[in-house]
Amino acid sequence: MAAEDLPSEFDVVILGTGLAESVVAAACSRVGQRVLHVDRRSYYAANWASFTFNGLLTWIQQHQEESPPEEAQDWSSLLEEGEELIYLSSSDSASISNLQVFCYTSEEDEEEEAQRPDAPNTTEEESEAADEDAVKETSETESSDSKDEETNQEAAEEQQATQAEGEEPEADQPHLSPAASQSEPTRKKISYAQLVKEGRRFNIDLVSKLMYSRGSLVDLLIKSNVSRYAEFKNVTRILTYRHGNVEQVPCSRADVFASRQLSVVEKRKLMRFLTSCVEETEEHQAYNGRPYLEFLCDQQLSDNLQHFLLHSIAMATEDTPTEEGLASTRHFLRCLGRYGNTPFLFPVYGLGEIPQCFSPPLPVSLQVSMVTVPPIAAGRPAVRMVELSPSTMTCIPGTYLVHLTCQSVGSAYEDLSPVVTRMFRTPESHDRENCPSVLWCLYFNMADGSGAEPEDHDLPSNVFVCSGPDAGLGHDHAIRQAESIFQKILPEEDFCPPAPNPEDIIYDGDNGSSSTAGGEEEAQEEAQEEAQEEAQEEAREEAQEEAREEPQEEKEVLEEASPPAEE
Amino acid sequence: MHGRVKIKSTAQQEEEKRKEREKKLKIYVAARDACFSKRNEGVWDDEALQLTQQLLSSNPDFATLWNYRREILMHLETVKDEDEVQKIYEAELSFLESCLKVNPKSYGSWHHRGWVSARLPRPDWARELSLCDRCLSLDDRNFHCWDYRRMVVKMSGVPVDQELAFTDRLIGSNFSNYSSWHYRSTLLPLLHPESPEPPSPCREPPQTSPPPSPQTHSHRVCEEQLLKEYELVQNAFFTDPNDQSAWFYYRWLLGRAEREEMISCVYVSRDEERVAVAFSRPVNAQSVGLLLVLDGQPQRVEWRSVHPRFKHSPVWICDLPPGTINDISNEHNLTVHWTEKHTHRDCALYTGRAESWCRDSATDQELFRSELSVEKTSVLQSELQSVNQLQELEPLNKWCLLTIILLMRALDPLGYEKETLAHFQTLKEVDSMRSAYYSDLCSKFMIENTILKMEYAEVRVFSISDKNLTTLCHLDQLLLVTHINLSSNQLQQLPPQFAMLQCLEVLEADNNSIENLEGVYHLPKLEEVLLKNNKISTLADLQPLASCPKLKRLDLRGNPVAQTLNVESELAELLPSVTDLLL
Repeated sequence: MAAEDLPSEFDVVILGTGLAESVVAAACSRVGQRVLHVDRRSYYAANWASFTFNGLLTWIQQHQEESPPEEAQDWSSLLEEGEELIYLSSSDSASISNLQVFCYTSEEDEEEEAQRPDAPNTTEEESEAADEDAVKETSETESSDSKDEETNQEAAEEQQATQAEGEEPEADQPHLSPAASQSEPTRKKISYAQLVKEGRRFNIDLVSKLMYSRGSLVDLLIKSNVSRYAEFKNVTRILTYRHGNVEQVPCSRADVFASRQLSVVEKRKLMRFLTSCVEETEEHQAYNGRPYLEFLCDQQLSDNLQHFLLHSIAMATEDTPTEEGLASTRHFLRCLGRYGNTPFLFPVYGLGEIPQCFSPPLPVSLQVSMVTVPPIAAGRPAVRMVELSPSTMTCIPGTYLVHLTCQSVGSAYEDLSPVVTRMFRTPESHDRENCPSVLWCLYFNMADGSGAEPEDHDLPSNVFVCSGPDAGLGHDHAIRQAESIFQKILPEEDFCPPAPNPEDIIYDGDNGSSSTAGGEEEAQEEAQEEAQEEAQEEAREEAQEEAREEPQEEKEVLEEASPPAEE
Repeated sequence: MHGRVKIKSTAQQEEEKRKEREKKLKIYVAARDACFSKRNEGVWDDEALQLTQQLLSSNPDFATLWNYRREILMHLETVKDEDEVQKIYEAELSFLESCLKVNPKSYGSWHHRGWVSARLPRPDWARELSLCDRCLSLDDRNFHCWDYRRMVVKMSGVPVDQELAFTDRLIGSNFSNYSSWHYRSTLLPLLHPESPEPPSPCREPPQTSPPPSPQTHSHRVCEEQLLKEYELVQNAFFTDPNDQSAWFYYRWLLGRAEREEMISCVYVSRDEERVAVAFSRPVNAQSVGLLLVLDGQPQRVEWRSVHPRFKHSPVWICDLPPGTINDISNEHNLTVHWTEKHTHRDCALYTGRAESWCRDSATDQELFRSELSVEKTSVLQSELQSVNQLQELEPLNKWCLLTIILLMRALDPLGYEKETLAHFQTLKEVDSMRSAYYSDLCSKFMIENTILKMEYAEVRVFSISDKNLTTLCHLDQLLLVTHINLSSNQLQQLPPQFAMLQCLEVLEADNNSIENLEGVYHLPKLEEVLLKNNKISTLADLQPLASCPKLKRLDLRGNPVAQTLNVESELAELLPSVTDLLL
């Protein structure tokens, strides 16, 4: 579309391309609103973004550089009658903190690499902080109290242990499986230079999320027909870390049937418990307010089963109240079996695809394992680990991409590195010869976006705030937020109504299509395209401020950040 | 509003759809007529092939068109060389694939595919197998595909162990699929046959009988594999005890012995000059080569079943030529040969005796246990333990209860009688839709137990009153019974099989709901019939009694028929032998 054809008037202006923003943009344009969707970054999806390895290095660099406070430009001369000016916070670096990078693989001498300035940099700084060739840099945080509410994120790429013994040559076995299988023979360790060289083949998400197959995001993708722009695969298996081993969590009927860890009596008890969970009973209500763990104990479930149910299925902690635990369990169960034996879906090419699905129509055998790691010691957080194989198109062959996520207790490094040391072979770990070795890893804390409620800001009534990613595993928070914003903007309209049957679209009429520049055949695509038009118009009537605000109250955030309860 | 997609109104849509349909129908009918006329003219050309293809892709269940298509293809086979034929059939296969996408359960498409695959000069069975796999992954219970797959496996000689692994995979992904379990039951005996020297199952073979014929054990599986199968199937029914496919497979695993085929009893009566023969299974005596030899002389006799309703029956009777055995001072030796099965039974009628019989004293295993199992007692015992464990967790699961009952019967029918009855009671409550089935099954087991007790007591009295019987069975086992007491049950009829009680003298059946006496038919020794408080309502219902020549005493008190007009005189006419009538 040529510049002169760009429309100059908009009904809705959306700043930022995070998930909630993109959903609002798509929903508005679908019902015929003229939408201006802009992002000040050079990449899509804000903290929901997905990067190539090189892109991630650039992102790290940006966050490590102390960005000089921008001089607030004076726009007041452009103000018209009845308009007011709201300044955006200057940078979103506040949402990311405690950034640390560790490289455990050999550098190889490739001095000319474009990313080279980045790598030596890290090495130098690390030598001060710790002993190995890793780097530690903590970016400034604007508000010191935000630290505790953050979500820790860590992305680690690692290579599998080169010589695992007693392996089962099972081709589809994710390598984190109990048998520590590794079907390929000894392999050369992948060098850092190689990672950089093949960096474009990585798709590394900043937030690690899975889609509940009956979650609000999947429902929305299906309802609004956006799903055709991306490819989704069922998560292969759910594992848990227990007694120093990674075990498979039997969650579907077929898993329970096939499980070798459970006795037949345990199988019956587990199935009966799962069946009885589906409907809320008086017995359940009697436990309201009391820990879910207590409820599980009273169901005469074995330790095995309690572990699976608490940590992996409800993804709860020992203090989670029963009603919450049951709600998560129900949500999990409802999602089971829709597309496969686990309740989760993962988009091929990474999560960063999803916001983009809502914007431009991009041309677009998978193994994903989720591991729940209960607190390894008192006071430590429970860690959620998602392992992505190269078949997800998120990493290069020979490597796996592993995301570890938890609620912050300390910095990301403090919270997560003990788990990394246990599960993987790093220079710090001992007796982990058979574990996969880490090539490179990144630690950072991200503010939990679920805390930013519109009420927290003194904003005009036609400005709404979207928050960044929350700590939950699913996307329900962002989708709920998008829906509620949409309904505030357009209370009379349907939120993402189903796309009409192509056969039923009238192509010959010419009335009422003033803003569509393209032919009528592209009516559906047009709605998508509008969302991406980038013009330098100023927000007029309905503006949406993109904000990466820090949560205000600690308590609130912690609650919000627990796994999404059923809607 | 601008930018919004315009959608047609419903009426507009309807109208367009209607027009569309009409247009399609016109084309379809025209093509169909063209096909039919071509076929009538015996034209087998490419155009016909194309026409049928068009029609069948919109309606793959048009059997006549498939037939026509086959005629054309067979004709083409005669005029084209092998490579061309191969190409034609390959095209046919891809056409069929598109038909199956439209309707994966089309009889016509699957049948045609089987036909094409069989005629293909160079078949690609791997492709066919992968097609089946794809199809079954979409619907693992598509029996058309299962059928076709079996054909492919047979034609291409897929090794049995691969097929067993295939069932492993299917059962692993969804064990609620009896097709997979059943397929497994056909593969296991091939892959893991029971060793030729069976480690003597718990029943001791009767000394006189020959060793089990090969086919008796052909479907058995070696013990090592059996134990693995028990584990597998237990995992299934513990995971989901409401899924019946696992339970049915379990029943198969526990075994179902085939009873040895034999003449189980020969009875001869001097007064009636009659011989009755009981077989281990219902037979048609007129066609199985039955030979009666009396004192070394083959006899020409007419075999008849005990009731004209039966063409097949376990009991057959014949009258001896008059005067052959009626002299009480003579001793006679009788042999009945079942020539077809190379088996026979002798019976001696001694001087001074009015009747005689020959039979094995039956044990419970021989009579009834065979329905469940030939397994070792220890195996059954441990199975009973694990199913009991499940029952503790799921006290109201019907499959579990029923399996426990069956296991208990296989282990010790008399010892577990009390538990069995209690479980039946629970079953009727938890599965009230099938309570009549459970009542009948329970009646059967009670009758079996009573027969066993009678055998142990070596008497000819069969008494089973007040046991809630709803049906009668195993009546062939009661050939020699002279006195039967069925009082205070819930019987509604004395079925035709009742006529197998050839020695019956006294029938007590007070306090039932009997409406029908069809089975009290030609019982030569019957003297007393006690039917107080039943539901016999018309004289016609009493008609069968007229065929019993010795009937003297009849009690009909408390039956509707006793209230009918002139009942006494009508009865006197119908049953002249009755001297003692209670109304």
